[in-house]
Amino acid sequence: MCGLHMEGLGPMQILRVLLLRLLTTAITLAGVAVIVFFVIRVVPGNPIAMMLPPGATDEDIARLSALYGLDKPIVTQFGIWLSGVVQGDFGTSITTRQPVLALVLGRLPATLELSIMALVMAMILGGVAALAGTRFRGGRTEGAIDVANGMALSVPDFLWGLVLILLFGVLVPIFHISGRVTPSLELPFVTDFYLFESLFRLRFDLWADIVAHMFMPALALAIPLAAIIGQLLKQSLKETMNLDYVTLSRTKGYGETRVILREALRNAALPTLTLVGVQFTFLIGGTVIIERLFSYEGLGNMAIDAVVNRDLPLIQGIVILFAVIFTGVNLIVDLLYTVLNPRLRHG
Amino acid sequence: MAEAKAIDGRSLIRRRAGLRLWLSAGWLGMLCIAALLAPWIAPKDPLAQDLFLGRMPPVWEMGAEPGYWLGTDSLGRDVLSRIIHGARIALMVALIAGTITCVIGATLGLLAGFLRGWVDLVISRLIDIWMAFPPVLFSILLIAVLGPGLWSIIIAIVVIDWTRFARVVRAEAMAQGAMDYVASARVAGRGRFGTMLREILPNVLPTIVVLLTLEMGIAVIVEAILSFVNLSISTDQPTWGGMISEGRASVHQAWWVLVFPLITLFLTVLSFSQLGEGLKDRFDPVLR
Repeated sequence: MCGLHMEGLGPMQILRVLLLRLLTTAITLAGVAVIVFFVIRVVPGNPIAMMLPPGATDEDIARLSALYGLDKPIVTQFGIWLSGVVQGDFGTSITTRQPVLALVLGRLPATLELSIMALVMAMILGGVAALAGTRFRGGRTEGAIDVANGMALSVPDFLWGLVLILLFGVLVPIFHISGRVTPSLELPFVTDFYLFESLFRLRFDLWADIVAHMFMPALALAIPLAAIIGQLLKQSLKETMNLDYVTLSRTKGYGETRVILREALRNAALPTLTLVGVQFTFLIGGTVIIERLFSYEGLGNMAIDAVVNRDLPLIQGIVILFAVIFTGVNLIVDLLYTVLNPRLRHG
Repeated sequence: MAEAKAIDGRSLIRRRAGLRLWLSAGWLGMLCIAALLAPWIAPKDPLAQDLFLGRMPPVWEMGAEPGYWLGTDSLGRDVLSRIIHGARIALMVALIAGTITCVIGATLGLLAGFLRGWVDLVISRLIDIWMAFPPVLFSILLIAVLGPGLWSIIIAIVVIDWTRFARVVRAEAMAQGAMDYVASARVAGRGRFGTMLREILPNVLPTIVVLLTLEMGIAVIVEAILSFVNLSISTDQPTWGGMISEGRASVHQAWWVLVFPLITLFLTVLSFSQLGEGLKDRFDPVLR
């Protein structure tokens, strides 16, 4: 969460802070693992009974429970699971009987593509709003942008998703409202990164189909983040516009737009970046319900199915993976901030 | 000249803030009355099914059935009556879950921010762990554990969202704790807890009130999301999320089943958040 404050520190101290940061990350992940493991074992409903056909004997249930290790005491189960996780084995899904790791990694690319597309959309929308608001500050344009920003910020992604379904799925049906790709299409892909691979293979027909499926869920996720970026960036741009060096470049005769883009933006972007990191994890968390809403075959949709089916090993795997992504994003942002902040670099 | 303009802008902001405060308070007040008087003002029984009147459009459309103002769903139930009755669950969740979350979260935040030391260490670490959970997935998981029902939803919201209060209140309490007036209160002989409750808390209270308003909007959304994945209240209780879930499935045949509950939910969430923002401006001494 906290940034690395190390103005004027030597490399050894930076290393120490970094190690400390990695340690707290490890504690956080361990905490997540413990909580999720014990919480889901309180779930009522026997998952084994659910996977057998009706009429299975108690003996069958007992045999299958033993196979999945569910007959042992809960602390022993945790020990077995943890030693597996350390070796990269997250157990076997109860409903599909496939390794959890393979299932989860198979869905991860879909969710990553959706999140990254949403992030790019948010940066473009928020960036344009901030630049336009700064360029025409004090006028009616800025007022309109502020009102739109306030609306976008107040309403969460779930509701924006529903609004978009009505607008572009029903009223003007130009985008697909469910799925990741039209099922009848032949997919030549070897990876699960459909969006990137279709571009790489120059299959623009497939790419267009994938984008038409992704557009609305990504936009729904992007709208609240775009508002945050727009607000923060505009605020720091306006502050930067009053600094001496900006005034200096204005006296050189540069136009207002050029001053904003070439001089102010570079300095104003940094404070926004750190906050975007935390907000990006919120966006990734939002994919769970947005994927459900748009029947998009990603991790989040699989997670809800796993909860409904009481697929304990799968739930554990997905929650841990989300936690790894969240803490990872925060770590990367902290490091990026250190690298990009000139005050820290030259300290 | 510039100063006059600034003052002018300030009063403009205040006027706009006042307007949005009144508009959102008005909508929420209306909703409260509708929820309280639901059995008397709803035109139909929200649960009464009539298969001959399935998917009737709103009254201003062709082929509508008089008396069903906003149309009917696939089972012939009146959309308007279900929205009015749905307000009961939504507002109950907002008030109860919001308040409990606020009390627990703010208390933990206050303790961490003012006492510091190991209390702060433990609470901060817990916040970090909580922030690593995807909240929607966490709430669905909790409902699966607790079983569906009003109290399960409330507990899930409290368990997940206390960090919203704890994080902000902790930071505020830390900032306040460093100020001179706190030191002088201690010198004047106030105890640690006395200082926390009598000096710090009143100064953090405006922030807490704003957060509470925002949290109520979030609680309404969480309830709708859980209804949407069929994990909320039993199916014979009308909820906005349940209606939206149904409407999403039949959006191409009967748009009104989705549109009207969605508009209601949208306005309610917007109102809670605008109320919070409006209050924030009111409390802000620079704007006042």
